[in-house]
Amino acid sequence: MTLLLYRIDDRLIHGQVVVGWGQPLDLKFIVLVDDTVASSDWEQELYRMGVPPEMEVFFHGTADAIKELPKYQTDKRPGLLLTGDIPTMRQLVDGASIPTVNVGGIHSKPGRSQKMRYVFLTPEEEQQLRELATKGPVVTAQDVPSARAVPLSDLLEGDES
Amino acid sequence: MTNPSGGPASAAPLPRAIVAGHGDFAAGLISAVQQITGRGEQLVGVAVQKLSVTDIEALLREKMMSAGVNVIFTDLQAGSCTMASRRILRGMDDAVLVAGANLPTLLDFVFAEGKSAPDAARHAAERGRAAISVHGAGA
Repeated sequence: MTLLLYRIDDRLIHGQVVVGWGQPLDLKFIVLVDDTVASSDWEQELYRMGVPPEMEVFFHGTADAIKELPKYQTDKRPGLLLTGDIPTMRQLVDGASIPTVNVGGIHSKPGRSQKMRYVFLTPEEEQQLRELATKGPVVTAQDVPSARAVPLSDLLEGDES
Repeated sequence: MTNPSGGPASAAPLPRAIVAGHGDFAAGLISAVQQITGRGEQLVGVAVQKLSVTDIEALLREKMMSAGVNVIFTDLQAGSCTMASRRILRGMDDAVLVAGANLPTLLDFVFAEGKSAPDAARHAAERGRAAISVHGAGA
C-alpha cells in the first residue's frame, strides 16, 4: 500500500474524506498539506478530532511535505494526501512524484463558475489545472468512490455525466 | 395552555438552536420533529452544499446571530459543519455544539423548555446517545 489518493479539497478533512473514502479504502493515515494548518496547534487538534482513533493524521507545510512525501509513499498502510487548493498541489507535483490528482471539492465563491456539483473554478484556476496536468499526473474529478472519475477535459467543460 | 391548533404551546423563545449537516439532514430532521411534536419552529435548518469551509462558517455565524441562538446540532464529528461550528464556538463560553445529533436528541431538546438552551442541548445529547438500540437475532 501507499498513498492511494492525492486530493484537492477545500474542506480538507470532512465527512467525504473520513467516511466516504476512508471506509472503502480502509485508510490508516491522512497527510494534510496546508501551511496555515501546519502552523496552528489548535487547527491540527480540530482536524484530529474529526477522524477515528485508528486513523493517523500528519500535518505538513508545503515545503516540508515535499521532503517527507517519499516516506508516506512507501508506507505499507493505505493513506490519502490532502491539499486545500490547486497551487499547493501544484507545488507538490513540481517537487515530488505524484501519479494522479483527484479534484474532490472546490466550492463556490465570488469569481468562480460552477463546473460540477462540487467544483467551482475561476478562469485562473482552470488554467492552473490544465498546467498541473501537463506536469504528469492524471487529473480527474470525483467526490466519492461510487461516482465516476470525470476526466479533466470533461470537468472543464462542465460535463459531469 | 394550548395553541390555536389545539396542541401545547411552547413557552420557550423561538428559535432555540441551529441544525446543520450534510445534504438535507437538517431539513429532514426538522421535518420529523415538526411532524412528531409540532415544535419544529425551535430549530433553524442550515444546508451547506456548494459552500467552502470559510463560507460555511460565515453562514452558520450569520444564522446564529440573526436567530439569537447559541446552540448548534450537527450530524458528523468529521463534518464540515462541525469543524466550522467548533471554530465559531472557540472562546464562546455560553455556547454548545452537539455533533452526531439524531432525532431522539432533537425531540428531547424541543421539549426541554424549562432549561436554558445550552443545558437542554447537553441533556438532549445524552438522551440521543442512549436512544440507539440494536434488535434482532444475535444482537
